[in-house]
Parts: sequence; structure tokens; C-alpha cells
Amino acid sequence: MPRIVVDVMPKPEILDPQGKAIAGALPRIGLTGFAGVRQGKRFELTVDGEVTDELLEQARHAAATLLSNPVIEDVTRVEVLEEDDQ
Amino acid sequence: MSIETPLIGGPQPLASDDGSSPLDGVTVGVVTFPGTLDDRDAARAVRLAGGSAVQLWHGDHDLQGVDAVIIPGGFSYGDYLRAGAISRFAPLMEQITAAASGGADALPVLGICNGFQVLTEAHLLPGSMIKNNSLHFLCRDQRLRVENAGTSWTSEYAEGEELVIPLKNQDGQFVADNRTLDELEGEGRVVFRYVDGNPNGSRRDIAGISNAAGNVVGLMPHPEHAVEAGFGPDSSARGAVDVRGGTDGLGIFTSVLKKLVG
Repeated sequence: MPRIVVDVMPKPEILDPQGKAIAGALPRIGLTGFAGVRQGKRFELTVDGEVTDELLEQARHAAATLLSNPVIEDVTRVEVLEEDDQ
Repeated sequence: MSIETPLIGGPQPLASDDGSSPLDGVTVGVVTFPGTLDDRDAARAVRLAGGSAVQLWHGDHDLQGVDAVIIPGGFSYGDYLRAGAISRFAPLMEQITAAASGGADALPVLGICNGFQVLTEAHLLPGSMIKNNSLHFLCRDQRLRVENAGTSWTSEYAEGEELVIPLKNQDGQFVADNRTLDELEGEGRVVFRYVDGNPNGSRRDIAGISNAAGNVVGLMPHPEHAVEAGFGPDSSARGAVDVRGGTDGLGIFTSVLKKLVG
């Protein structure tokens, strides 16, 4: 079934404590090449049938009202995934 | 005969000689979501302050005529998505949002900890909460300063008065953009500020804020856990107290009751 993917990231100006903790753990597994980590969220909205423009609009609405909080987060992607996409 | 100990309701210490009280018929609703933890403590605090508490279920559409509402702490919906994000869309929240939005005489609403997070998600209060900058869950007695004693929930305190009440959370770092922060400061809507150290990185040491009308207040620390000697913090901003003798939080609940009968 087709999916609509929504990515949400913490706003650039908001400190991301979780990303910071992950960045601190990377050297512990020997990976020292990364300057920073920011952690976001990915949602997959599964559609029963075809993804219509209306459904895509509803996904955008969900992204802006429920899936993200505009005070601390940005919606960075709302996109239809084809069947074989990951 | 039932020997049930009433969780909600109970004796009213302000009763006068004829048994009546100015608080007769005054009720404060305490909302329970799936995952709420402190609803019983909040109801108990209302009762200890002399009022009557009414249990409200998040899925109901009826505020049961309550005169004020407390959204207590906990982990509603397991903090899934973001703390307070799913609770915000509960049927009862629609009623609360509508009733709280009518200016100074609108329904007084207090959000404590997770309740504060619900109020920001519902846009009744500005800003948001992110993880503590230490990343640790914090549980300690916290000293606060009352910055605004003019709200529905702080009138029993003096401006500048300090109190010690428990703080316990993981997502307690209050954030907002600078324009919003300036606005809050300029309009006197910073209600509580952390003193003796900022525990979680909150912008401008903010521990609690109000809406413009002052009827909606949210704060991260827990006044309902500092209302009865023997069950409170080990310290008080008013001087030495016995072990667990701190009751600095009681004024929050007496404030709203005074307002309701005044």
C-alpha cells in the first residue's frame, strides 16, 4: 500500500539534547568523523488505495497540527513513497 | 454501611457556625487522561484548601459545571509523539479551551507539569517544553519566586515571595522564541521563576507562565505535593520545617478558591 512520509526535525535554533547525547556516544564506538547529530522523527501514513491530492493535503494538515509543534519543530518533508521506495 | 474514604470531596474546613460555607457549591475539576499520575494529589490539594474536587474524564464532553479546572501531572498517552500532544485533542480539552478563552472572568485553568505541556500544545499558553538540558529525569525540591501575584492562581502570595515545592520531570526545559519571551516578560506573564539555579535550561529561568487574562497558568514544579505537613518537602521558603513539613504549595489552591468566592 502506498505511504505518505512526513519528516519532522527540531528547529535549528533549538538545542537538541537527544542529538547531543547521540553525538557524545559515537566516539565510544570508534566513530570520530561526525561534527554533530540532530534527531528528528519520521512518520509513515499508509493509504488504502490511491494517494489523491486531497489525501496529500490532509497529510500536510496532520503534519502541521498534530505531528509537529511549530514552536520547536519544522516539517521538512511530506512526500508520497512509491511501493518499492524505502 | 460503607467505610469508603472519599478520594474526591470531603470536609470543608471553612464551614461557619451554621455549617454553611462560602465554598458550598464551588467545585474544581481535576482532569484524568490515560497515564495521568497526580490527579488524586491535585484533588486532595483542592480539598485541603477547603474546596470540593470533581473528577473529570478526558473523553467526556461535559465540564459538569465546575468553577475551575486543574490539569495534573503525569505522562498522558505515555508522552507519545510529544508530551501533551495527543491529550490536547481530547474531547474535554475542547470544552476547557473554549471556557478558558473568555478573558479575566473565564474559567480558571491550572496546568501542572504534564498539564502545563498540554496547555502549550493546546495553544492556551505560548512556548513549549523540550528535554531537560542535562537529559536526566530530575526529582528534587525546587525553590521558586512568585513573579506575578495577580493571577487567579497566585493571589494568596506576595510578589517576590519564594516557595519550595517538588520538581519532577524529564521534559521540563521551557523554550520560546525571543519575541515571545520579551512579550511574556513585558506583560508580567512570567508567573514563577527558578531561583538558586536553573534545573533544566529553561529560557530566562522560567518555571511558570500565564495567559494575558491571568486565568490560565502553567508551571512545571508540583504545588500539589506541598500542601500537607508530613507529606511535603523537607524545606520551606518560610523557614525551618519538620521532615516533610513543607506546605508552600497550598496557596495556589487557596488563591483560586478565594477568587471563586470573592
